[in-house]
Amino acid sequence: MSKTTKKIEANLKKRYAKEKRFRAYGVVSLLISFAFLAVLLVTIFSKGLPAFQQTYIKLDIELNEKILGINKDSDEDALFSASYSKVVKNSLKEMFPGIKGRKQKRALKNLVSKSAAYDLRDKVLEKPTLLGTTQSYWFLAKDDVDVFMKGNIDRTLPESDRRIKDYQLAWIDKLMDEGRLEKRFNTVLFTEGDSREPEQAGMRGAIVGSLLTMLVTILLSFPIGVATAAYLEEFAPQNNRWVDLIEININNLAAVPSIVFGLLGLAVYINIFGVPRSTPLLGGLVLTLMTLPTIIIASRAAIKSVPPSIKEAAIGLGASRMQVLFQHTLPLAMPGILTGTIIGMAQALGETAPLLMIGMVAFVSDIPTGIFDPSTVMPVQIYLWSDSPERAFTERTSAAIMILLGFLVLMNVIAIVLRKKFEKKW
Amino acid sequence: MTELKPDIEKRSEFDIEINGTVGKPFVDNPKMSSRNCDVFYGDKQAIFDVNLDIANNEIIAMIGPSGCGKSTYLRVLNRMNDTIPICKVTGEHTLDGEDIYGKKQDPVLLRARVGMVFQKPNPFPKSIYDNVAYGARLHGLASNRSELDDVVESSLIKAGLFKEVKDDLNKPGTGLSGGQQQRLCIARAIAVDPEVILMDEPTSALDPIATALIEELMDELKENYTIAIVTHSMQQAARVSQRTAYFHLGKLVEVNETDKVFTNPEHQLTENYITGRFG
Ligand SMILES: Nc1ncnc2c1ncn2[C@@H]1O[C@H](COP(=O)(O)OP(=O)(O)O)[C@@H](O)[C@H]1O
Ligand SMILES: [Mg+2]
Repeated sequence: MSKTTKKIEANLKKRYAKEKRFRAYGVVSLLISFAFLAVLLVTIFSKGLPAFQQTYIKLDIELNEKILGINKDSDEDALFSASYSKVVKNSLKEMFPGIKGRKQKRALKNLVSKSAAYDLRDKVLEKPTLLGTTQSYWFLAKDDVDVFMKGNIDRTLPESDRRIKDYQLAWIDKLMDEGRLEKRFNTVLFTEGDSREPEQAGMRGAIVGSLLTMLVTILLSFPIGVATAAYLEEFAPQNNRWVDLIEININNLAAVPSIVFGLLGLAVYINIFGVPRSTPLLGGLVLTLMTLPTIIIASRAAIKSVPPSIKEAAIGLGASRMQVLFQHTLPLAMPGILTGTIIGMAQALGETAPLLMIGMVAFVSDIPTGIFDPSTVMPVQIYLWSDSPERAFTERTSAAIMILLGFLVLMNVIAIVLRKKFEKKW
Repeated sequence: MTELKPDIEKRSEFDIEINGTVGKPFVDNPKMSSRNCDVFYGDKQAIFDVNLDIANNEIIAMIGPSGCGKSTYLRVLNRMNDTIPICKVTGEHTLDGEDIYGKKQDPVLLRARVGMVFQKPNPFPKSIYDNVAYGARLHGLASNRSELDDVVESSLIKAGLFKEVKDDLNKPGTGLSGGQQQRLCIARAIAVDPEVILMDEPTSALDPIATALIEELMDELKENYTIAIVTHSMQQAARVSQRTAYFHLGKLVEVNETDKVFTNPEHQLTENYITGRFG
């Protein structure tokens, strides 16, 4: 072995040791970040999963026309406004006779959600022949019952420290013995809008609101962003002071705190242009401002990475600059552009602060049907629920976070699929 | 190890003056011609006062050390330099006597008449068919599918590629070998039916067999087209071209019949280069 080889060999050991250490650092930091992620997910899932189940209560309802306040030849209007809640109350009274005092009577009524009366009404309207019969139905239980059924109220606590009193416990025990309490999949979460009553509160309104807002955002920010990027990369004069200024500003915009865009939206869109408050249109306009820099920066990088040889080939064949852009540059840059767009959209989907500024934080129980309807969005819904005092909203908050995360995962999957589809080798 | 001795003669190139171009840069009735051509990249001048004619149906080779401006000059001829914002071209340049830098000249039309083949094969990431059909579609040269099929087929035949790919026309052009890709690029250029084809070191990325195929091809193409080829291989210039132009530091030193350039060059710099004293 020559001297040089020996020297190299001696050094090699050091080099390998260094490499090993470096790799160890990498693994450790990876593990740490995974640990944080795991803790986060475990907390949210353990809290949120129960919310996907809801307690239902079975009642034998006597659809007595007299109590309902109608008769054989009542028309639909009368059927609609009949006193169904009274029938529900009677059914409970029959099951637990001899209850005295206003407090206990109210408590009895509060075993069942107010939605029971509406459910009953819908059933009767659908099938008026039910009138005069006695039927068994499952109704949503009130949130307190639900919280107890999920084991979140400790019955060993002294009565004064409990939200559910001893007499209520006795009722629940009796209902359980008779098999009248059951946990089922919580469809309300996906079919209903927001509500003050936890057991009736759903995400539907927020989900639809988010989708409409995203629709406005993508319809505006994608074409504007891609056009800007294409212009700056392919057409703008180089070393021009104005172009440089625009570039610097776009890069700075990407770093502006999102709440500032909310203030801007408030000042410009609402006060100057009179865009209706709390609507997906307004939310989309504000989020467009926020997403544009992300899309522009990602699109520029993607356009820059298109091999110049391809563009030269097209120009050499007599393609105009427009044709080169639309036939070669943009298609080849599309995977990168789409990835950037979806990252921007994912940010926008999770954004809360600017939307608070423009009134999307209002309580909206109706499901929006268009971009001009007042609505809220998923992250704001999470914020609203997390702020509610009822115990039942805590788990719904986590469930809402899970749904939001589900949408984010979905968007990432779409990003990957689109990238795979558009990716071409050259 | 032997010590490296500085080669006196290698340095002498800087002492030799270039006063205009020696040999025969001009022809009667040229296909293309340049007069007083200067090219600048920003403040830096890359081409100094080049005067050159290119004859009909000839192959003219452009040789010279790297960085001497061969590519730059070639790209003057189809206005490819227009795409480089800092690049400025002066002088008079004509194709069939028409000013190609004139106000009336459309660069898109010019590039349809003066095609180009690049150093690195650069097929589009599309099918072989779409690659060849691209230019014809762009300029509306075929009015229906069967005409387009004919254009694609005849171009591939002329480029000597048809036999190899006739069953794979829908496969990606990027999947071919390097030599096939370059012939595909030639077919793509031919499909627009240009009058002049500019080739910038078309075989520098290819193996000797692929190179030989392309050189054969050029010989056939000369029947119908005028070809200007930049090459770093003197053997290639000697094999394919009728005239050879020698560039040095942005100046056109000598233009002569290829035989003469390689057997009896007029200028000292040309001789230094072809005898391998620098380059
Ligand atoms: N796009 C460009 N921008 C600036 N300078 C360039 C550019 N292209 C070429 N040059 C310069 O012009 C000179 C000639 O280059 P080129 O024509 O590519 O030489 P060759 O093809 O003979 O090797 C070189 O000095 C090179 O640095
Ligand atoms: Mg070159």
